[in-house]
Amino acid sequence: MPRKLKEADVVVVGLGAAGGVAALPLARAGLKVVGLEAGTWLDRRDFVPDEIRNNVRLWPFLVKKTQQERPTVRNNESQTATQVGSHPMMNAVGGTSIHYWAQSWRLNPWDFRVVSETKRRYGASRIPSGSTVADWPFGYDELEPYYDVVEREVGVSGQAGNIRGNIDPRGNPFEGPREREYPMPPLRWTAFLERMADRARLLGWTPFPGPAAINTELYEGRSGCVYHGHCSRGGCHVDAKSATCVTTIPKALETGNLKVITSAHVTKVEVDREGRVTGVNYRVGQDEYFQPAKVVLLAGYTYENVRMLLLSKSLAYPDGLSNNQGQVGRHYFSHYQGASVSALFPYSLNSWYGLPAQGVAVDEWADDNFDHSDLNFIGGGNMWVYSDRRPIGAASMNTYGRAPGWGTQWKKFIRDNADRSNGAYLQKTTLPYENNYLDLDPTVTDSLGFPVIRITAALGSNELRIGKFLQDKMESWYREAGAIEVNRGNLGSTMGVSTHAYGGTRMGDDLETNVVDRWGFSHEAGNLGILGASVMGTSGSRNPTLTVQALSWRTAQHLADNWSDIAG
Amino acid sequence: MTDDQSPRRISRRDLLRSAGLAGAAAILPGSLHGLAEGEGEVLPDETPTPAASGAVRSGLTMNLTVEEAEILNAMIGRLIPDDEYGPGAQEAGAFGYIDRELGGALAASREIYRAGLLALDRYAQYSRGARFIDLDHTDQDSVLFDVQTGGATGSGAGFLGSSAAFFNLVRAHTWQATFGDPYYGGNRDFIGWDLIDYPGPRMAVSVEDQKLLESGALQSLRRSVYE
Repeated sequence: MPRKLKEADVVVVGLGAAGGVAALPLARAGLKVVGLEAGTWLDRRDFVPDEIRNNVRLWPFLVKKTQQERPTVRNNESQTATQVGSHPMMNAVGGTSIHYWAQSWRLNPWDFRVVSETKRRYGASRIPSGSTVADWPFGYDELEPYYDVVEREVGVSGQAGNIRGNIDPRGNPFEGPREREYPMPPLRWTAFLERMADRARLLGWTPFPGPAAINTELYEGRSGCVYHGHCSRGGCHVDAKSATCVTTIPKALETGNLKVITSAHVTKVEVDREGRVTGVNYRVGQDEYFQPAKVVLLAGYTYENVRMLLLSKSLAYPDGLSNNQGQVGRHYFSHYQGASVSALFPYSLNSWYGLPAQGVAVDEWADDNFDHSDLNFIGGGNMWVYSDRRPIGAASMNTYGRAPGWGTQWKKFIRDNADRSNGAYLQKTTLPYENNYLDLDPTVTDSLGFPVIRITAALGSNELRIGKFLQDKMESWYREAGAIEVNRGNLGSTMGVSTHAYGGTRMGDDLETNVVDRWGFSHEAGNLGILGASVMGTSGSRNPTLTVQALSWRTAQHLADNWSDIAG
Repeated sequence: MTDDQSPRRISRRDLLRSAGLAGAAAILPGSLHGLAEGEGEVLPDETPTPAASGAVRSGLTMNLTVEEAEILNAMIGRLIPDDEYGPGAQEAGAFGYIDRELGGALAASREIYRAGLLALDRYAQYSRGARFIDLDHTDQDSVLFDVQTGGATGSGAGFLGSSAAFFNLVRAHTWQATFGDPYYGGNRDFIGWDLIDYPGPRMAVSVEDQKLLESGALQSLRRSVYE
């Protein structure tokens, strides 16, 4: 029998980007919060600028819970899913916010109203067939105050483009209206990024620096970015990256109301006969515990949130917790990241000391920022040119057909060109479809014998058309900047394992098609909240983390404001 | 890697003595440098010879057999050769990196190496009439081209999976060794970083540093981040 612990007000399962944010408003409200984290504390001493350690061997090495529960993937039900080789997320206090790219975008207002806006502007026939896309239960304006508070509590740098309707041409003219500026100016540009921005203007576009959860000056006692070039898959050795382990979690700990349990591997959410959750079981090594709580917030990654629900079967929920409508795992999609474009230039780009969040964005072809009347898709993509290069990665570069992949001619090629290539990041609208879903794999299990998640998902024609369209735009941009070669990646087909995985516990008012309500609480188990991109029904053309964090703050604040109603 | 294989406990003289060839033969340079670095006593008459032809003797490798080591060292010497553009993977210590890490971080690839290196050699004998290490560079390259393109798979050579997958694995590890931080035993004398003009790891890069980089005036820091 697991050892029963003292009851908490709230137990938060996972202290990453989502749970690490939600803990703060809860603790400030005086609620007693227990945060269960599978990983451990990491700090500056763990963050070495070492490409072999971080990028090749996929640090961190200590806790690899995610690696033991790697999903299996297939395109459709006729195939047998095979397990992927690695999981992109990490376990630690702060989670993947430690080593992510830290791009901190707000969604565009259109992303909240894809269905109604598409019908209004182009007609209902333009909703891609087979898609289960739905409007969010609220619009951008509802989330704006939470974006605003997270940008300040976490620390986000950037350049506003729209402050209460006033357009600033230095920022993104297409963004939704913001209450105020970012708390810090944007990351700097290199000479190459300045050149790309100039060339974008020649094309009639509006280039701007992207937002990042990275300090650009001293902020709340943490250093500004020092641009050492090992930000991607590396933690920050000066705490300039606003991971929750150096921002909201320490603030929550200061209240005295948050207790952090590390190396805690949660195995099940328990419920009573009425179907209300009563707490969670977890293990530390071989020791088993039951942590009772009045409210449980699941804050794992999308795959683990869904898996935890499906594994938590009970009399009240025979098909998994909060799954009596069969919606857990539905509306899954992962951001369409195929259709890459890279280019070779006849000059050095001087990218050795950059970071993925340091770049130039163009939004002219994102969302519904352009007329789709004569196009055969909806949505679009944000084009992102950034400055990031390390030696092993540079040596592994595409030779653009100008040299073989080894030998003397290859050696001459990389000697001349290692710092002359650039790969764009094209962040594209991706939709959920009826045939795409998550469930438990019938055969593959984790180290404890529990099934891993099985992904059944393929891209739709809407995504592939966006991919081709954006490749054209991106190639024209690179050519304008003098590229001598442009390479286009395959369009792709599978919606595989991704750092941008959405859905599975979608948020919406209709309990027959959604798992959580507009506040992030289960339609079926009212004292169970779910945090993370698993509640998001659209992706937009944006990295998800800031929206995840704004939603997490909103759910937590709602809980604190309505404590007796929800906790019962 | 088990403790009794640790190179740090074995002096270069011991190795050479146990191999019975102190001062007598060409030594696999990648391996020996890695082993001798640091604590090993350096003997004046043992300048490693760049060529790897049949010179490896028992006791100088850590995880690969002598036969496997000879083939691998010849292979990486063709992937990144020593040529008019500078020293290559052998000189950078890539062999020593792979050999050692096959007992550590790359242990999962050990069997692929065993099967792949012997298959490569069988394919060389079958298709070119000689062991891989005995072929001239032109023939070695043509064998490797077949392996890279998967053309060597059908010969009964015995690759685990496709020959292309084996080739790509060895190439990826050779790149890691040559262009990774010297802390791991490769990239000796910053051969890899110098080749691509990487100015070295820095803990902070100011806007002035970036401007120096862009004007070609940033001083290269030839050091490991662990120094």
